[in-house]
Amino acid sequence: MKKIKNQISKIKNSGYKAKLKRIIIREEYCMGCRLCEVYCLVQHSRTKNIIKAYKGEYPKPQPRLIVEEKGQISFALQCRHCEDAPCLEACITGAIYRDEKTGAILCEENKCVGCWMCIMVCPLGVIDRNREGKKVISKCDLCIGEEIPVCVKNCPNEAIVYEEKK
Amino acid sequence: MNPIRNLNNQAIKKDICNGVNYIIIGNGPSAISAVRAIREVDLRSKLTVISDEPYLNYSRPLISYLLSKKIEKDKMVYCHEDFYKENRVELILNKKANKLDIKKKNITLSNKQIIPFDKLLIATGGAPIIPEVKGRDLFGVFTFTKLQDAEEIARYIRYNKVKEAVIVGGGLIGLKAAEALIELKIKVTIVELADRILAATFDKKASSIIEGALEKIGGKLLTNNTIVEIKSKNKKVSEVILRDKKRIRAELVIVAIGVRPEIELVKGTSIKTNKGILVDNFMQTNIKDIYAAGDCCEAKDSLLGISRPIAIWPVATGQGKVAGYNMAGVKKEYSGSFTMNSIELCGIPTISVGQTYPEKKGYEVLEHFDKDKPIYKKIVLRDNRIVGAIFVGEIERAGIYTGLIKDRVDTGSFKEYLLKEDFGLIILPKEYRKHLVTGAGIEV
Amino acid sequence: MAKRPSPTEFIIERDDEKCIACQVCVRMCSNDVHSYDAQTDTVFSDSGKCVGCHFCETICPTGAITIGRNPSEFKLNANWNAQVIKNIIKQAETGGVLLTGMGCDKPYPIYWDHIVLNASQVTNPSIDPLREPMELCTYIGRKPDKLEMDYSKKEPQLKTKLNPQLKLETPILFSAMSYGSISLNACKSLARAAGEIGTFYNTGEGGLHKELYKYSPNTIVQVASGRFGVHKEYLEAGAAIEIKIGQGAKPGIGGHLPGEKVSEEISSTRMIPQGTDALSPAPHHDIYSIEDLKQLIYALKEATRYKKPVGVKIAAVHNVAPIVSGIVRAGADFVAIDGIRGGTGAAPTVVRDNVGIPIELAIAVVDQRLREEGIRNQASIIAAGGLRNSADVIKAIALGADAIYIGTAALVAMGCSLCQSCYTGKCNWGIATQDPYLTKRLNPDIATRRLVNLLRAWSLEIKEMLGGMGINAIESLRGNREQLRGVGLSDIDLELLGIKPAGEAW
Repeated sequence: MKKIKNQISKIKNSGYKAKLKRIIIREEYCMGCRLCEVYCLVQHSRTKNIIKAYKGEYPKPQPRLIVEEKGQISFALQCRHCEDAPCLEACITGAIYRDEKTGAILCEENKCVGCWMCIMVCPLGVIDRNREGKKVISKCDLCIGEEIPVCVKNCPNEAIVYEEKK
Repeated sequence: MNPIRNLNNQAIKKDICNGVNYIIIGNGPSAISAVRAIREVDLRSKLTVISDEPYLNYSRPLISYLLSKKIEKDKMVYCHEDFYKENRVELILNKKANKLDIKKKNITLSNKQIIPFDKLLIATGGAPIIPEVKGRDLFGVFTFTKLQDAEEIARYIRYNKVKEAVIVGGGLIGLKAAEALIELKIKVTIVELADRILAATFDKKASSIIEGALEKIGGKLLTNNTIVEIKSKNKKVSEVILRDKKRIRAELVIVAIGVRPEIELVKGTSIKTNKGILVDNFMQTNIKDIYAAGDCCEAKDSLLGISRPIAIWPVATGQGKVAGYNMAGVKKEYSGSFTMNSIELCGIPTISVGQTYPEKKGYEVLEHFDKDKPIYKKIVLRDNRIVGAIFVGEIERAGIYTGLIKDRVDTGSFKEYLLKEDFGLIILPKEYRKHLVTGAGIEV
Repeated sequence: MAKRPSPTEFIIERDDEKCIACQVCVRMCSNDVHSYDAQTDTVFSDSGKCVGCHFCETICPTGAITIGRNPSEFKLNANWNAQVIKNIIKQAETGGVLLTGMGCDKPYPIYWDHIVLNASQVTNPSIDPLREPMELCTYIGRKPDKLEMDYSKKEPQLKTKLNPQLKLETPILFSAMSYGSISLNACKSLARAAGEIGTFYNTGEGGLHKELYKYSPNTIVQVASGRFGVHKEYLEAGAAIEIKIGQGAKPGIGGHLPGEKVSEEISSTRMIPQGTDALSPAPHHDIYSIEDLKQLIYALKEATRYKKPVGVKIAAVHNVAPIVSGIVRAGADFVAIDGIRGGTGAAPTVVRDNVGIPIELAIAVVDQRLREEGIRNQASIIAAGGLRNSADVIKAIALGADAIYIGTAALVAMGCSLCQSCYTGKCNWGIATQDPYLTKRLNPDIATRRLVNLLRAWSLEIKEMLGGMGINAIESLRGNREQLRGVGLSDIDLELLGIKPAGEAW
């Protein structure tokens, strides 16, 4: 019986590892259109409707990704949901945690006190302060709940793809 | 849970039970991090955590919010009960470890109970430094490092209807306490020995911004000064006397001049200490099977190249993790850390990392100071490598600089862009950027 | 009046209720049509600069933009239509030759749309392409006059030595589009798609970029009058060599790559100075007679040890039949004929629209002439020039072509919307430009996928139509004029095309 239990847990664990998908950036195809930013903003707005989010919501919703642009190069930068996440270690309230199913790094807003330790340690600088009036952080949540992150879905040139981590 | 990897980056998945008895003294971030690390490797060996406080566990930096009533006590919990259950940890609360017998490999608790160990982690944290002044034991004089301190201070303020307070020390703890008291409508005077507040991490310009904001909300600041005596009236604290003979009325005194490693337990034993417990690159003390992590130990400062205590939350969790792995038999080397602080005061976010005000020669400084906003950004370089940074008012993407310090990146080719508005990964050399972005981990 | 800009062609209609001022259109338009005003938080559009490429319309997240035709009308005039008036204004303004891109857009009769196909009904049953094998495989090259077999051994052996052939899985190739007129990403996409489908693409007169050498098994290299990029490795890299005498878009004049599009990479691939206009001469300066052409053909065959087919590409002009006859006798293994609708990256408008003849007539008369002379087997005929769908392909083959080239259709598959501004080098779709900021927009992964889809779709449709005719191999359709009928064509058209009018039986 124990053997079977062990085997089941091994299968369960291996399945979980195999489904881990991450966003991959291909900066050579990024056009700098910033549609990813538009859709990220809409996804994290209250109404989730593109026209209402831009025209009707106040304060303006905040996109969770950063589009960096300099000269010919541009790319969208989201949280990498690192395996060895420094933000997870630095969080003093335990608000930052890892989602079991997807392995994504998420922040529980109720627990966040806005100490900004995570901003201090994130080597990619993808965590920002919430600009909508709350003293909490704002970061990519891998569009938890959606099948595929909206930035990936709406990139017109497949500069952002969603693939299994190798 | 992530698969942990050994030094060859191979994932370890075996369900190991080392049959080892782990004891952790302390229940703070180092301890919890160590528990997580041990349990990733060794799922069933006995693991006990001993805390000298009666609470489940809590985020120590939040005590100032508790004092100012910004959050409730239950919101301060760092890990819930399930954490100990899921990780099969026996939690002993409210018992202090008084004696450590290295030969017999056991510790004695305050209730005379003797607990044996195979591997021990000392994570006793830090203790507040108390100045040698007359009156330090008076009723109404407090330190401010524990949850209990916050509760006692709150109670004292309520019973005695405190209207005026003096805070000795203009460091992180002192300023956070000041903020809390000002929130409770108490007149606060801060007495600081150095010529500026946050002297350990800020330079004059950065401090001046916070000092200005502090004064705007009613706090009074006296620098280049310190207390020499605390006086009482009716058995309760009533005033303090300063070095320059000035007297300030004080119905409450909070002493916050610094924290030192809590190493009482190992005094008299053969464990080597300096200011804190000395550990090697695997977080082990000079005694085999005894480890130390967090505020109580002295580990590698990768920036300065020496060993010294660094009492910061992310450093504590990092050290605890490494200690945990090594205790469980997975050799993991500690890559070292350096000073870093993030604190928001009077609504102004600030971050300071590394060496922020070098006094010797050979350092280059880049600055951006906007008095009106106010925004202050400073980068300190040595041989084109960033060794320190200060951000006041605007802390966007500060972590990138921390990463550049940690990885000792040569910034020669893009130095002039470091403080520009559009600074980002795009400024960095493509190889380094790709290495960061592919999520190959942050260890280089 | 001193300065008179020509009237705008397009009007940008922006639905203010849908426009969220996200500024994607502002960032993406290479002609700077849209601009954002921060004060009023609105996006304004300068319709005068719009070329009608539809990139902003396609990418707008709320569909707020519509590109409309400028309703501002001249007084109705059958002779002096708006386009003619605008052209004169432009020339009075600049004194220059009017340039344009893509193929002839004038309303000459399109014979494809007047030809209909047969289908089997009762006596000759149709074949179901989903259930029975259908052969689309085509071989381009010189076929032998007769086949001699050796029966002396146990199994019969082929005695006749076969000339080198190109094997195509489907009778469609990608037409010559030079690296320079289109971007490297576009070339890569064509090369990869050709490899995946099992057909070929043509380098055009731009030489072969070093990153494209790995696709050489599917490359036809072109030797044009400018001899851009022609060196030893180049010739060896091709699976076949095509000598370009002319192209349908600009018969009689040489190629033209405006200096704006000659970047550093183009300069090194074509072996010309950066930033200068690349003007190919009208004739090859070593070909002044048919004998010279024969000499060049055989020189190339010698240089490649007779291992590759060497062919010639010409534009369809009045005397196309005798010209092709001469070329075949000069030793060409295949002849590509480009009709008046053929596309280009840059050509004088007046040449593009007025010089050349429709490909439909050209194939028919060439095929007829070669058969009459008994030399039809000596060269394959590849038809090109504005073929738009699989029906055009089938009709072309039935008229006598062995295979067809697609150029414009391939570009449309990759995103082109035929705005005809290729010569400006500001193609928003990243196709007809060398600006690295714009070429990024053409992701070769996506473009390859789309090209493969296009050819796959057309091949399936061809199979459907073949099956409908009761034919199961494309070679049975070649020159099979009996499968075609003309609708609404004059007697002389029918005679030239060699087809019967619809309604007439065998």
